Amino acid sequence: MPEELKEQAKCLSLDELRKKLKSEGKGWRGLEELAETEGFQELLNREFPRQAAPWTGGVNRRTFLKFMGASVALAGLAACRPQRIDKIVPYVKVPENVVPGLPVYYATSLTLGGYALGSVIESHDGRPTKIEGNEKHPATLGSSSAMHQAMILDLYDPDRSKGVLNAGRPAAMDTFYKVARAAVAEGGVRILTETVTSPTLGALLEEFLGKSPGAKWHQFEPINRDNEIKAAEAVFGAPLQPVYNFANADVIVSLDSDFLCEGPGAIRYARQFSDGRRVRRDSMHMNRMYAVVVAPNNTSAAADSRLRAKGSEVEQIALAIAGGIGAGGAGANLAGEATKFIDAVVADLNEHRGRCVVVAGAHASPATHAAAFAINQALGSVGATVNYIDAVEVRAESQAESLAALIADIEEGVVSSVFIFGGNPVYTASGGSRFGDALAKVPFTVRLGMYDDETSDGRSWHIPMAHELEAWGDARSFDGTASIIQPLIEPLYDGISAIELLDGLLGRRREGYDIVRSQWQRGGLSGEFEAAWKLALNDGVIEGSASAAKSPAASMSAVVGLAKRPLGGTEVNFRPDPTLYDGRFANNGWMQECPRPVTRVVWDNVIHISPAMAETLGWNPVRTMWFHPDSEPVYGNEGRHGGEAGVPIYQIEVDGMKVEGPVWVTPGHADGCVTVTFGGGRRRGGEILKDVGFDANAIRSSNEVWTVGGAKLTDTGKSLIVASTQLHHTMDDRELVQTSTLEAFEHDPEHVTAHPHGPQEEMSMYPERKWDGNKWGMSIDNSVCIGCNACVVACQSENNIPVVGKDDVLRGREMHWIRIDRYFHGPSLDDPETLQMPVPCMQCEQAPCEVVCPVAATVHGVEGLNDMVYNRCVGTRYCANNCPYKVRRFNFYHYADNYRNNMPSPEDAPVLKLLNNPDVTVRGRGVMEKCTYCVQRINEARKTAKKQNRAVEDGEIVTACQAACPTQAIMFGNMNDPEAKVTKLKAEPHDYSLLPELNTRPRTTYLVRITNPSPALAGPAEAGEAH
Amino acid sequence: MIDQKKSISVEEQFIEGEHTYGTITDKIGAIPLSQHQPKSWFLMMGASLLLLGCLVTAITLLLFVGVGIWGVNNPTGWGFAIVNFVWWIGIGHAGTLISAILLLMRQRWRTSINRVSETMTLFAVMCAGLFPILHLGRPWLAYYLFPYPNGLGMWPQFRSPLVWDVFAVSTYFTVSLVFWFVGLIPDIAVLRDNAKSKIARGISGILAMGWRNSAAHWHRYETLYLLLAGLSTPLVVSVHSIVSFDFAVSILPGWHTTIFPPYFVAGAVYSGFAMVLTLMIPMRAWYGLKDMVTMKHIDWMAKIMLATGLIVGYGYAMEAFYAWYSGSFYEWAMMKNRALGYYAPFYWALIFCNVVTPFFLWFPKVRRTLWVLWIITIVVNIGMWLERFVIVITSLHHDFMPSAWGNFRPMLWDWAIYGGTFGLFLFGMALFMRFVPMLPMAELRHQLHAEKGEREARESEQEREPVGGAH
Repeated sequence: MPEELKEQAKCLSLDELRKKLKSEGKGWRGLEELAETEGFQELLNREFPRQAAPWTGGVNRRTFLKFMGASVALAGLAACRPQRIDKIVPYVKVPENVVPGLPVYYATSLTLGGYALGSVIESHDGRPTKIEGNEKHPATLGSSSAMHQAMILDLYDPDRSKGVLNAGRPAAMDTFYKVARAAVAEGGVRILTETVTSPTLGALLEEFLGKSPGAKWHQFEPINRDNEIKAAEAVFGAPLQPVYNFANADVIVSLDSDFLCEGPGAIRYARQFSDGRRVRRDSMHMNRMYAVVVAPNNTSAAADSRLRAKGSEVEQIALAIAGGIGAGGAGANLAGEATKFIDAVVADLNEHRGRCVVVAGAHASPATHAAAFAINQALGSVGATVNYIDAVEVRAESQAESLAALIADIEEGVVSSVFIFGGNPVYTASGGSRFGDALAKVPFTVRLGMYDDETSDGRSWHIPMAHELEAWGDARSFDGTASIIQPLIEPLYDGISAIELLDGLLGRRREGYDIVRSQWQRGGLSGEFEAAWKLALNDGVIEGSASAAKSPAASMSAVVGLAKRPLGGTEVNFRPDPTLYDGRFANNGWMQECPRPVTRVVWDNVIHISPAMAETLGWNPVRTMWFHPDSEPVYGNEGRHGGEAGVPIYQIEVDGMKVEGPVWVTPGHADGCVTVTFGGGRRRGGEILKDVGFDANAIRSSNEVWTVGGAKLTDTGKSLIVASTQLHHTMDDRELVQTSTLEAFEHDPEHVTAHPHGPQEEMSMYPERKWDGNKWGMSIDNSVCIGCNACVVACQSENNIPVVGKDDVLRGREMHWIRIDRYFHGPSLDDPETLQMPVPCMQCEQAPCEVVCPVAATVHGVEGLNDMVYNRCVGTRYCANNCPYKVRRFNFYHYADNYRNNMPSPEDAPVLKLLNNPDVTVRGRGVMEKCTYCVQRINEARKTAKKQNRAVEDGEIVTACQAACPTQAIMFGNMNDPEAKVTKLKAEPHDYSLLPELNTRPRTTYLVRITNPSPALAGPAEAGEAH
Repeated sequence: MIDQKKSISVEEQFIEGEHTYGTITDKIGAIPLSQHQPKSWFLMMGASLLLLGCLVTAITLLLFVGVGIWGVNNPTGWGFAIVNFVWWIGIGHAGTLISAILLLMRQRWRTSINRVSETMTLFAVMCAGLFPILHLGRPWLAYYLFPYPNGLGMWPQFRSPLVWDVFAVSTYFTVSLVFWFVGLIPDIAVLRDNAKSKIARGISGILAMGWRNSAAHWHRYETLYLLLAGLSTPLVVSVHSIVSFDFAVSILPGWHTTIFPPYFVAGAVYSGFAMVLTLMIPMRAWYGLKDMVTMKHIDWMAKIMLATGLIVGYGYAMEAFYAWYSGSFYEWAMMKNRALGYYAPFYWALIFCNVVTPFFLWFPKVRRTLWVLWIITIVVNIGMWLERFVIVITSLHHDFMPSAWGNFRPMLWDWAIYGGTFGLFLFGMALFMRFVPMLPMAELRHQLHAEKGEREARESEQEREPVGGAH
């Protein structure tokens, strides 16, 4: 075997090349033929690999010569290539439904954490450009999330691995199969996958395991259901999976959960949650959410009443609530504030039996999950607000234990080969598990991955993996609904999928299509196969495949048994990163530059601490400005420049493991603990992820640890400039996000809006402009906006918005057309209310930007849009200065073509050009841009309507932000249509516009953020009443 | 009556020492014709070339890479470029004021200083004019701001003050140039007649435009000069008023103010006179021009600085007062931020430079101690730059939406291009000192004639009347 393993594709040396040229006597004409041989390609690959010359913004002599040399050498080859003389056939018979220039939409699914997110992909002339949710799919209902949107950028990532590598050198797939089959035949095989819900992959794994004696299959993904499974096994005796229905819940208790933004059902849950909060004049019903929170997230920000707690305390609070309800559990030693909160929760839950739900976060301890199960059971919520289904995964297990078993096997020496399908376990596994070191001991390791990353480094073989938009597959969603994944594009870099690789290892090497189709032919589709198959592909979802709800019997006594002893000392909490997740989006510029909820930090991940904790660490983060005595404390890290914040770097030491990271003071964070997120400190696998953040896994002793005590924090004396898109924390007495309570709204709906700086009289020397025909407007409901960033990334994807890089965000030059504003509100520095509000262009009827443009590059359209004429713009930036909402964005550099800051540009990575939406102009350097209300979509709908000789119907135009919004907080439409949804929303009593005193008459207006705080808790949430 | 006249006559003597028409012409005309320049000139030229190189580099990089090399960002879309633009334009203000308004007011003392200040105006406006073009995202399309006939049927957007700026600044430059050149014609003729080298004779011959010193020439010349003065008088007020509209027309707190036009004009005259003094004080020493640029001149210019400085100080006070008195939340928030926020040190530095410093000029001794006065002029010009910085930056970096707030920090290339314009300015001034008569010879001869006539008249009157008559 070793000889076979070491077999490498033949690679020419320069001497050999010369010899070869000489012997063939063809001179330069022969070069191009030579260039086509595999050996020469490999030589080229080794001479001029992409990774060899990282672009760091400057060019030194060596790189310059290298690039010159490379371009001359390659240009020569290209120029010598003659035109093909084959006869070409014109497009005589146009394929059905394909009109050049018009997009085609396909339903498919993308997966995150193994679970399907139903998607509809917009494809322009064969290249997918935009991801939308699939209305028919239960996990998305047509909406989307930031990560879901960003997956399209991964497809075109120029840093993806582009070929089979054998010990780091290019090799052939055939050779691989030869070698790999031999290795499989030898036994001691281990397969390591991420979470598998795919029926096809499950079946293939089963077949493989059956055929290879001694082979084992392990699953590992850092963000998993381990704790939930443990709790379910203890309480129900089976790894059942809860599926919530927040729409039926009047009272929701979140135990350190981020169910609105994290987990396979988040998009659906956000919709259900928001449906219970759309307060209107004629429907004043509203749910109430209590949140126990360690590190503030979007769910805690959306909650009506909050309780800050350390990670280890969450379990005690859960048990105390369970005790109060009479669902097992026990009273605990908790502070007065917590007791008060628990009492209020218990009372409210008891009052809403059957119409309430308790949900625990994925990272909450098994006892917390068990308590939540028990409480829901005791309150009669099962069947109403929560259902239990059989585990959706092919094999539900504790993934931490599964990986630990694999490591143990390796240490024992019984493993001779490991096949890693996807994931990036060498990076994502906890530092304490030392998985990378273990893996290095295995003689034969194969990695199927989209990137040549940490896990591929040092493997015997690396196989490029196809993106989910490039390969066939299937997956199930959070409620068990299955869907087929169909590719929209041929693999860009000869990637293959996990099922194709496994099929190849089984000796068949079928196409992905045949594998998936044959699997479903065996069952799973109802009715005649061909019709059902076509329907499944068409709809993107297999009808009736959702798992059936079960009514399990719960063992209440199990709850207390799971409880752990409280931790001591300073605690460290580990969390998935809100944008980088487990690090898989670290090379995705959109996600790196997507402002994290609550902190608005981009690029680096940070150590979150509370203001009080910062004080105990001996530095004063509170810059209370003395001229501001009568209002909220002003606190923040205002930097020297734009979005620049210099913060100290601290070292966290836990169990002898250390990591250094920048400390960020996050108001609303629990005291006495810090929170770190995954995804930073990646070491390999792309250009973008380099030098971003720190690796939190390094101090994680085991993959089961989500909160650990006894941490030591020491100031390293160093500091880091962290980029944040919003450094000012408060509204400074401006009524930007107006807030009120349900109580006030019920009492007097007409007076919940406030115009503290005085409404201005309508005065104008000019006659009133008439708006006939379409009058576009937008309404944003701040009560249901959860600040999830789906709109931000959707807008970026739809409108070809470039990434500017950390350096330029530091200077305040981010390009997002819609941004989420975050303000801390209320009298408490430690536990303020977090207000979030999306801000697109207001499309003012009396737009200040238009008056000051010297070249008429921004003008008003007849339908009320404030249009940008990019061709005409000379870039005085006067319009941006004069925009009170600061929604205009300027191309200070040629961002569209040259990402700068280590990021690939379409010039050296033309693949990025495929990403662009052809309906939207790509803006050049020196041009101003801003939200257009997706004018390309408006124009498309207007054209269609005109052709059919009718008016544009309400709901026909959906802006990208509106389409993506999981809570449907954004509504767009024709304000001249009295029946339009947007018109009705604008007629609501709590409709208000931003800065009305400036008399700009914004077309984008907001609904007051109405909360429903518990009357029993006089907390900071209540301080948000309109004043 | 006679006593009064006498006192005026004493005041009206602006040429000291024993001068004849010939000595004035020799003294001033010799400088451009001689082959020797003082060492200080070479120092100035060397420094200006260094800075000019800096400017060329900065502009080249800017054109290739984009305005991103500056510190401008999203809330603060205007940075150094606009600050420098307004500052240079302000400096260029003294020129027209001295040449036009003082001429019309028959202020004879302007004669000695008008050439230098007009030249300074030209180069200051050139420096200023660079910035609005360079600060564009796409400077190669700057011509879009001009109303030129084109196939698109597109005109500039005339409601924008930036378009007004184009007209204001270009008119100002053109008129200043014409005024400067017309004033030069008789002096160029002198150079033509005295030049030894053929090239100098040729060039000055062309530029003298056939000046023959005839009475008809003088008659037309005087008429033209007066007309031009009348024509450019409104410009003194218009240019900086329109520059102030760039700010006042917007809706930003701190910009949207009616006090801006007068306050900007006063500030411009203030900085203009400061700059004339900054240049004059060393120049008169280098070239021995103390007889023509007398201490009286310097004293009076210092007094004008004092007067305009007080107006500017009043402007600051009113700005702050009305921010509070108007009851506008945002204006008051802006004022608090200006005085106490991130850029507060700049604000207080500006108050010190522009409001506190001129108070020293109340003292005649300070006005006549050249090195102190010279330092004060520098301080005032720094102050005026800070004023523009504070106006531009503090209003932009904290306006209406706290979510969008962000600070501005100049980058290396901000400084490079600012420093570079000093290169352009000093280079121009050095060339001027070398090739052009620094003081208007013809006008000084007039002046001498007038002063002589007055003196003679006075003397003859004194002879006629007994000394110490009863009054």
